[in-house]
Amino acid sequence: MPKVSMTVNGKAVSGNIDSRTLLVQFLRETLRLTGTHVGCDTSQCGCCVVHVNGTAIKSCTTLALSHEGANVTTIEGLAHDGKLHPMQEAFRENHGLQCGFCTPGMIMTAVDIVNRKGNKLDEQTIRHELEGNICRCTGYHNIVKAVAAGAEAMAK
Amino acid sequence: MYAFNYNRAETARKAVNLAGKLEDAKFLAGGQTLLPTMKQRLASPGGLIDLSAAADLKGIEMKGRNLVIGAMTRHVDVATSELVKEKIPALADLAGMIGDPAVRNRGTIGGSVANDDPAADYPAACLALNATIITNKRKIPADEFFTGLFETALEDGELIVKISFPLPNKAAYEKFRNPASRYAIVGVFVAKKGKDVRVAVTGAGANGVFRASNFEAALTAKFHVKALEGISAKAEGLNSDIHADAAYRAHLIGVMARRAVAKANAK
Ligand SMILES: Cc1cc2nc3c(=O)[nH]c(=O)nc-3n(C[C@H](O)[C@H](O)[C@H](O)COP(=O)(O)OP(=O)(O)OC[C@H]3O[C@@H](n4cnc5c(N)ncnc54)[C@H](O)[C@@H]3O)c2cc1C
Ligand code: FES
Ligand code: FES
Repeated sequence: MPKVSMTVNGKAVSGNIDSRTLLVQFLRETLRLTGTHVGCDTSQCGCCVVHVNGTAIKSCTTLALSHEGANVTTIEGLAHDGKLHPMQEAFRENHGLQCGFCTPGMIMTAVDIVNRKGNKLDEQTIRHELEGNICRCTGYHNIVKAVAAGAEAMAK
Repeated sequence: MYAFNYNRAETARKAVNLAGKLEDAKFLAGGQTLLPTMKQRLASPGGLIDLSAAADLKGIEMKGRNLVIGAMTRHVDVATSELVKEKIPALADLAGMIGDPAVRNRGTIGGSVANDDPAADYPAACLALNATIITNKRKIPADEFFTGLFETALEDGELIVKISFPLPNKAAYEKFRNPASRYAIVGVFVAKKGKDVRVAVTGAGANGVFRASNFEAALTAKFHVKALEGISAKAEGLNSDIHADAAYRAHLIGVMARRAVAKANAK
């Protein structure tokens, strides 16, 4: 079986995998990092969003082997020293979730939005940028509030 | 997904060589269409040739009076490129309307054009801008490239290397999106270059992207929204599905065309 090596949340990891292994399967099943979720099989829901070399992608729609040598950050990589990332904290503060299934993808996408668009985000920008993330519970209002608050908190 | 052999190509040449050697192999670009299709077992290639490390297939540059975009250039790169925004802003606009940010971070122009989904955006731009699709073997004018639903003039193992767009005087794209997938229910790209006006329609045709000749004739006489008064598309030959029936799509072609012309003239 082919071997793949990459850095995940700052740690060097590798594995011998079937070519078919999607990045999300490598993360969840080989590395047991189950924070990244799979919510669909049509590449539409965004539950699986992770950062690869600093850009947000859907880990269910890419092969692990395509990311040889890459630097990957998952939801598990955001908190430091037992302290939540400001975007995670904002989701908690604003009750930006109900069942929580979409939340890892929402947060990884939200951090990517801030990286690209800065810390002052208006509602329209947030809603537009969240087009690739589907939530079946919340109706989005509190997610949008959380992203705006998290974006501001990330400036501090 | 069925099992396949994975191969990585660091250059365009290596990709073409691999395609010649391997049986039943497909190029893997951004994977945003091919992998979902393989997951559903609608495609089961024996091998994949991953192009993501082929740096010589990426990049955007002016060559003479043409804007040339490498096949592996991602949608996000086209949408945010200062060069594209200056030379063909309508193209940057279109790239920014594809899917969602994560899809744009992986999906490529070469993959979209090779795939020729009847609801995809780039085929409309290629056709309206009179682009040339440059492969490892030959140069194919857009008018001859898109041959049907998911069908192109590409031969087995033929690799799109880059796409060359002549600069228009005016151009714009308008898209009526499916709110779930964000693909075009109807998308219309209008472009004016000298006296020549081209109008390409995606999302609507039962046989894929096509040029709307009656709209082109009216706009050649006068490139203005008013020139389209009384001009309409026929429902015959258009798609009917759960999203929209043929008559509605025909109506949308007129609406999108008028909006696109207004947008092109406003720039
Ligand atoms: C949720 C979602 C929403 C989307 N919304 C839109 C949308 O609104 N509009 C739109 O236009 N598209 C949309 N897409 C499709 C997206 O644009 C894809 O990126 C694109 O269709 C295929 O590009 P790719 O680079 O991912 O190619 P891949 O999926 O890797 O390949 C597609 C096909 O092209 C072939 N191929 C790839 N590169 C080459 C090459 N250089 N030479 C020859 N053959 C090649 C492959 O072998 C394969 O058959 C969406 C996709 C998803 C998942
Ligand atoms: S699981 Fe990746 S988009 Fe739904
Ligand atoms: S909180 Fe349940 S899907 Fe979003």
